[in-house]
Amino acid sequence: MVQGVILGVLTAGVYALMASGQTLIFGIMRVVNMAQGAMVILGAYLSYQLFTSFGVDPFLAIPATTAVMFTVGVAVQLIFLRPLHQDDRTQLSVLVTFAVALLLEGVMSVLWSTSDRSINTGYVNASWTVLGYQISLVRLWAFLLSLVALGLLHVLLRRTRFGRAVRASVQNPESARLLGVDADRIAAIGFGLGAATAAAAGSVYGLLYPFNSGSHYDLISQLLSIVVLGGLGSIGGAVVGSLVISVSTAVVASAFSPIWAPMTFFVVLLSVLLIRPRGLFGTAARGAL
Amino acid sequence: MRMRRGVGPVRAAVFFLVLAVAPTFGLAHWLLTMLVFTLMFAVMASAWNLLGGFTGYPSLGHVAFFGIGAYAVVLWFQHHDISSGYEPFLLLPAIGLGVALVGLPIAAIAMRTRADVFAIVTITLLFVGQTLAFNLRDITGGAQGASIVPAPFPADSYEIPFYDALVVLLAVSMGLTWATMRSKVGLSLAAVRMDEDKAAGIGVRVQTVKLLAFCVSVGLTAMIGGIWAYYEGFIYPQFAFDPLISVAMVLMTFLGGRATLWGPVLGAFILELAQQYFAYSLGGSRFYLIAYALVFLVVILVMPRGILPSVRDRLWRRGRRRIVDAQLPAGDGPL
Repeated sequence: MVQGVILGVLTAGVYALMASGQTLIFGIMRVVNMAQGAMVILGAYLSYQLFTSFGVDPFLAIPATTAVMFTVGVAVQLIFLRPLHQDDRTQLSVLVTFAVALLLEGVMSVLWSTSDRSINTGYVNASWTVLGYQISLVRLWAFLLSLVALGLLHVLLRRTRFGRAVRASVQNPESARLLGVDADRIAAIGFGLGAATAAAAGSVYGLLYPFNSGSHYDLISQLLSIVVLGGLGSIGGAVVGSLVISVSTAVVASAFSPIWAPMTFFVVLLSVLLIRPRGLFGTAARGAL
Repeated sequence: MRMRRGVGPVRAAVFFLVLAVAPTFGLAHWLLTMLVFTLMFAVMASAWNLLGGFTGYPSLGHVAFFGIGAYAVVLWFQHHDISSGYEPFLLLPAIGLGVALVGLPIAAIAMRTRADVFAIVTITLLFVGQTLAFNLRDITGGAQGASIVPAPFPADSYEIPFYDALVVLLAVSMGLTWATMRSKVGLSLAAVRMDEDKAAGIGVRVQTVKLLAFCVSVGLTAMIGGIWAYYEGFIYPQFAFDPLISVAMVLMTFLGGRATLWGPVLGAFILELAQQYFAYSLGGSRFYLIAYALVFLVVILVMPRGILPSVRDRLWRRGRRRIVDAQLPAGDGPL
């Protein structure tokens, strides 16, 4: 049980990182990014390639993969999302980003085939024993890395001019535009940031789990549950949502059976929606990050 | 609306007549197989349109109900003998009704959310279904799949009964769409799509029509799932709950035109044939996924409203210009 909680909390960090990108994209543009899972997997493949071809450690590869994925994210926003009409952008964007996910899946399965890959560094199986409980070293580092990345994201949003512009457009896009915020630029950079968090999380994901080009379906369903649970557009909510879901999954897996662990997501999600349709931290008005 | 009276029914009669007599010309097997799949998607797109097109609630999880219908047929005939090959078809209405009832509480929860969150909740439904199908091994056979007694139809006309059943279902779902468009229900659904809160405010029974649309839509989808399972004879969780089927229904409706009678059917004929072609010509490689995604993106970016509404707009504008030209002296027109 305690072992399950420890595992859950450590895993939650990675999910919080992926989900924060997802919720950031939604907050800025009202776009539900169905391609977030595929972007995570693409990030995992990139660091897999760097590791197998050049021996670059996945943790050290993160600056490179985030830079690449930032570019990919900006490109997706400029090519596919900007042309959408404002009035039914939310509905269409779900479809467009789903198509982007399929496109990425197709590209990945052509480039890396569909068999499972995993990144096997020397320290994958190392662990510490604290008070009789095992703590996997990789998961601990992954957790710390996620905390650092989330902290950076927080600083970026709270302490910089760009962050202020982002928060302004989340709260009131019209006023932000009137005050000289370039909405298109914010949207493009915002999507890039979301993709960059996916890349960072992807490097770690590749260390923790085996993955293939179809893995993004599992991932996106979990990510969507997390952001809906936390309330779309709230980064704090994304963190709490991933804690709730990842801990309950790990506990169910260790207490009952791993087979039923994925179901925990959906049971938690449906029961929360029954009580609070807008999620734990969602607000009726447009949220604040 | 601006159509001359009588054109609609004639068009429908010709379409279904052609569909009904087509197999008697002794079409090749591969062509019939393609038609069977195209009709499956035509019915499903048309069913999806009843919910997603008319109310604007974009469900991405319809394949969950497709899968339930498929497993319902397989499980029923694992425990009951088939007396004649047509028996599974007679079971379909019961399956449709049962799934519609199952869908009612699900819809009541899912539809507490609005468009974007609804899409997410329905997509989690899909994964719930898939997980259950994989894990309830005692019932579904899990990843090993489940099989049904092969349909006892002669090999050279094996597809015909399925084809006929699908034509009937297509007529049913298009008939329902037609009836919806001409009734108060259709107007209520349009009101939900445009502004649900205002509609509720002026006394439209939004909850009732929303749930009705959902249940009818998933019931029809489940019946197609049943036909598919019987046709294939062997089903696996990953194919009975394939996210691509969900996406295809949505895409076909968007391509042809949301909230139109013929749009989803047109979309199904174009896309399913295109997909079969890609899968055939790009074969074993996964390039067909890329091609499919690109078609998807181009459709939405170029014609966000779909083929039929775009074409109709253009025709209408041309028609109006002609009238205006006739009435006004040159150079004075408002256009």
